[in-house]
Amino acid sequence: AMLSLDFLDDVRRMNKRQLYYQVLNFGMIVSSALMIWKGLMVVTGSESPIVVVLSGSMEPAFHRGDLLFLTNRIEDPIRVGEIVVFRIEGREIPIVHRVLKIHEKQNGDIKFLTKGDNNAVDDRGLYKRGQHWLEKKDVVGRARGFVPYIGIVTILMNDYPKFKYAVLFLLGLFVLVHRE
Amino acid sequence: LRKNVEDFTGPRERSDLGFVTFDITADILNGDKGLQSIFDWNVKQLFLYLSAEYSTKNNALNQVVLWDKIMLRGDNPRLFLKDMKSKYFFFDDGNGLKGNRNVTLTLSWNVVPNAGILPLVTGSGHVSVPFPDTYETTKSY
Repeated sequence: AMLSLDFLDDVRRMNKRQLYYQVLNFGMIVSSALMIWKGLMVVTGSESPIVVVLSGSMEPAFHRGDLLFLTNRIEDPIRVGEIVVFRIEGREIPIVHRVLKIHEKQNGDIKFLTKGDNNAVDDRGLYKRGQHWLEKKDVVGRARGFVPYIGIVTILMNDYPKFKYAVLFLLGLFVLVHRE
Repeated sequence: LRKNVEDFTGPRERSDLGFVTFDITADILNGDKGLQSIFDWNVKQLFLYLSAEYSTKNNALNQVVLWDKIMLRGDNPRLFLKDMKSKYFFFDDGNGLKGNRNVTLTLSWNVVPNAGILPLVTGSGHVSVPFPDTYETTKSY
């Protein structure tokens, strides 16, 4: 009860200028976050430098909710054993599996096959009808590092929209009210 | 690190299919830490894989994983396997196995930490496997 009274007092004390200032502050934080994300995209060469593991097909190495850090530099050739994150043409959800087979031509054109560690068979059944191989263009990135559990927050926000709105609301509230 | 193999090729549709049996004797150690056990406090598991690498007319570089194994922290970091058959079909993209004298088998592993970098390490020691010039049609595997 005491906390909410203080908060209301703060808001009353703020005049219009201070409110605009706080909104600008908020905008700056959002812009900085976006810039950092874009910067990561440039440095890693991947359109999605951080991904959350969504399925159990790579257990026991990765579990649902683990966070993966990707790079997608053209200079790094695709080799067997690597963990790649790829998208099947026409599908949105990226898949995290391991490279099982590669056939690379002299000019660098490569076609490869993947398989989840925890799956009994390779991924041919997952690819598009008539597609037998993946190519460089299907790759979002290669997993270079990971952190467990943390991605669970994004999965929760996806599965429970109310949770997402609650988190965003609280964040917004915190930034607007917080005195520098 | 030693591997001994026996091999022959069999035609399947249009692509060569290779059959390899192998032995693996290996100690997985951490080279950076002066050959201590690979399983330090931040190693959750190892994903081991035996891959065959070779060149053909069709493709400058081919790599095929023949066998893999997950070694969890707590397992013995030594392998002593005999007469193993490949887990996955060793299909070539074409007919490049027939008469190929230079197919190299290497043991590698992906170190999966509790958190952090995911390195791929290649074991020292590899074995070259020559494939015969003819196809076997009736040999059982």
